[in-house]
Amino acid sequence: MNTDRKKAHFLTKVKNWPLLLPVVSLILVMAVNIVHDAATGVNPLSFFIISLNETTSNGTILYGRIIDILNRGSEVAILALGMTLVVSSSAGTDISVGSVMSLSASFCCMLLAGYGVSSTNELAVPLVVGVLAALFMGALCGAFNGTLVAYLGIQPMVATLILFSAARAIGLLLCNDLIVYVRNDSYGYFGGFTGPIPTPIIIAAICIAIVAITLNKTSMGMYIQSVGINSKASRIAGLNSKRIIFLTYLICGLFAGVAGLVNSSRITSADSNNIGLYYEMDAILAVALGGNSLGGGKFNLAGSIIGAYTIQAITTTLYALGVSTDQAPVFKAIIVIIIVAIQAPPIKAYFRKKSLEKGVAKA
Amino acid sequence: MKTRKMNSNTVLLLITIALFFVLYGGGCIAYSGKGFTHLQTFLNILITNAGLICVACGLTVVMLTAGIDISVGSLVAMDCMMLAVGMEKGIGAVPMCILIIVTGVVFGLVQGFLIGYLNIQPFIVTMAGMFFGRGMTAVICSKQVAITEAMNSTFYSWANAKIVLPFGGYMNNKGKYMAPFLRVEVVIALIVLLLTFLMLRYTKFGRALYAIGGSESSAVMMGLNVKRTKMMAYVLSSVLTSIGGICFCLNTMSGSVQQALGFEMDAISSAVIGGTLLTGGVGNVIGTFFGVLINGTISSIVKTNGKLASSWPNILTAALLFLFIVIQSIFAAVRAKKK
Repeated sequence: MNTDRKKAHFLTKVKNWPLLLPVVSLILVMAVNIVHDAATGVNPLSFFIISLNETTSNGTILYGRIIDILNRGSEVAILALGMTLVVSSSAGTDISVGSVMSLSASFCCMLLAGYGVSSTNELAVPLVVGVLAALFMGALCGAFNGTLVAYLGIQPMVATLILFSAARAIGLLLCNDLIVYVRNDSYGYFGGFTGPIPTPIIIAAICIAIVAITLNKTSMGMYIQSVGINSKASRIAGLNSKRIIFLTYLICGLFAGVAGLVNSSRITSADSNNIGLYYEMDAILAVALGGNSLGGGKFNLAGSIIGAYTIQAITTTLYALGVSTDQAPVFKAIIVIIIVAIQAPPIKAYFRKKSLEKGVAKA
Repeated sequence: MKTRKMNSNTVLLLITIALFFVLYGGGCIAYSGKGFTHLQTFLNILITNAGLICVACGLTVVMLTAGIDISVGSLVAMDCMMLAVGMEKGIGAVPMCILIIVTGVVFGLVQGFLIGYLNIQPFIVTMAGMFFGRGMTAVICSKQVAITEAMNSTFYSWANAKIVLPFGGYMNNKGKYMAPFLRVEVVIALIVLLLTFLMLRYTKFGRALYAIGGSESSAVMMGLNVKRTKMMAYVLSSVLTSIGGICFCLNTMSGSVQQALGFEMDAISSAVIGGTLLTGGVGNVIGTFFGVLINGTISSIVKTNGKLASSWPNILTAALLFLFIVIQSIFAAVRAKKK
């Protein structure tokens, strides 16, 4: 009897665990990998194997599917941090992050190579200037979005639509319609390796740590949530709602700048047309997958981060299954629909009713 | 006699229309030597944007209910690819068009059901629709397929049919009379525009859309079937997008995975410039039509200039969007003060 009750207690705890959905989806993706490996005769646990391999260009590096997912998923994880805060505080999404990534990367490469130069081995200005410029550009775009949303009261999607179409185009103008290559090892560092570990993983970890510490050690997290739940009440309670919403957009833009820097460093060039394409969709998806409501209010940062890596795991798995890059979105769409449909209120209500009926029948 | 007071929405619509004339007039003055003043330049804007007009009409309907549909761009790409591959396989033009519209109905029903009945956010559902459409395009065929006369002469003749207008022609350099002409897709687009306008204005369904966008809970209390109306809005959007896809294909005559990229944002910005609010309840397709024309005029001016970089239309459209959004927010602030 006692164990029965304990079991029921444990079950309800699991049911109400906010990270249930992202963790379950991540486990499902891993299961698909294991089954696929077993079916094709590869070691079923090859998904989890991490090894040290010698390479000619980068020395000894960590190698394995998990490392690859963590590495490739860095940008989306960084973007998801800012997006979570934006969604929480303003009940809207920032759809400009992908374009802002492209603009930051273009601005950085333009400075490093000099205007109008399409390929260079020598840096025109010190690397630090380029990096700071990328971050500054991201923050500037974030401030623009934040001003429109917080101080002019414009719906987030419309406000960010402006930079969505303009930022990429401005980036192209800065690069003089060229793809700017910065073929310098020091620039490739952010997308390369630090010792055996890929640098993007470290950058993502630092960003996550900064945000997590700030939210936990200060009351910023609570302020953002309270503004998202009811901005008028928060204002009356003495919070500067507008400034908090502005700040979340600023942070989101800043992280878009970081992500743009990492992404362009991977290819040591600024390809304005392709950097960050559809990244805003992945970032929003990560937030939704993490069990966060896009209607604002309470948020769960861990969920968003797991969501971001889940998306990358899905993509990597699809490639491993032999699906082409162009066709992968079909499966992504189906997975998204299944996940959000499970979370939909009417379906949840239906299951609750079912389980209640079961309980009544038992009694 | 009824006297009507001008409300701020009418003023916004008038600003949009005035802006179009200012832009077009400016283009005429600056590039009169390059043939901008000919009627054909205007008709060309209509021809290239016929698909966009249909799509933007559908999007306006959805935006009136405070929703959004970002799947339209990939649906257009999928339609074009289906048309191209279908004709390669030797299916007739009329059955193919019917198939496209049926696909649109199914696509809209699925999206509408998820949004209306399961209460999932429109942005997420249509984002999945966007991924699905783009991916399906690649599944159907990953190469670029061009529609040639040998494949399907009926469709080819539709695409090349010129509807010559009896007025507004000009003599070209060689002294030959150039009569202005329209294409089939423009006629389709204008019919769609007119029907959507009438539907929004005079039918029960159209008024229900405005009511839901104004306040969903009051619409429920009024006894409107909100769930069904919402679903029908998405079905309508997808069907109009499918018609837009056919128009788009008549213009480009090919199918490719990279087609109509960012089309959804063009359509949304047209609707917003035309005075439709994303919060729902305000807007009409006439404004949207002028929004499309403004977009078209900007790219036409940049093209006529010939020296400006290809990214300028995007920047200018964004700047206009910015202008309109700020004007709208000022109007809203004034209205709030009056209360």
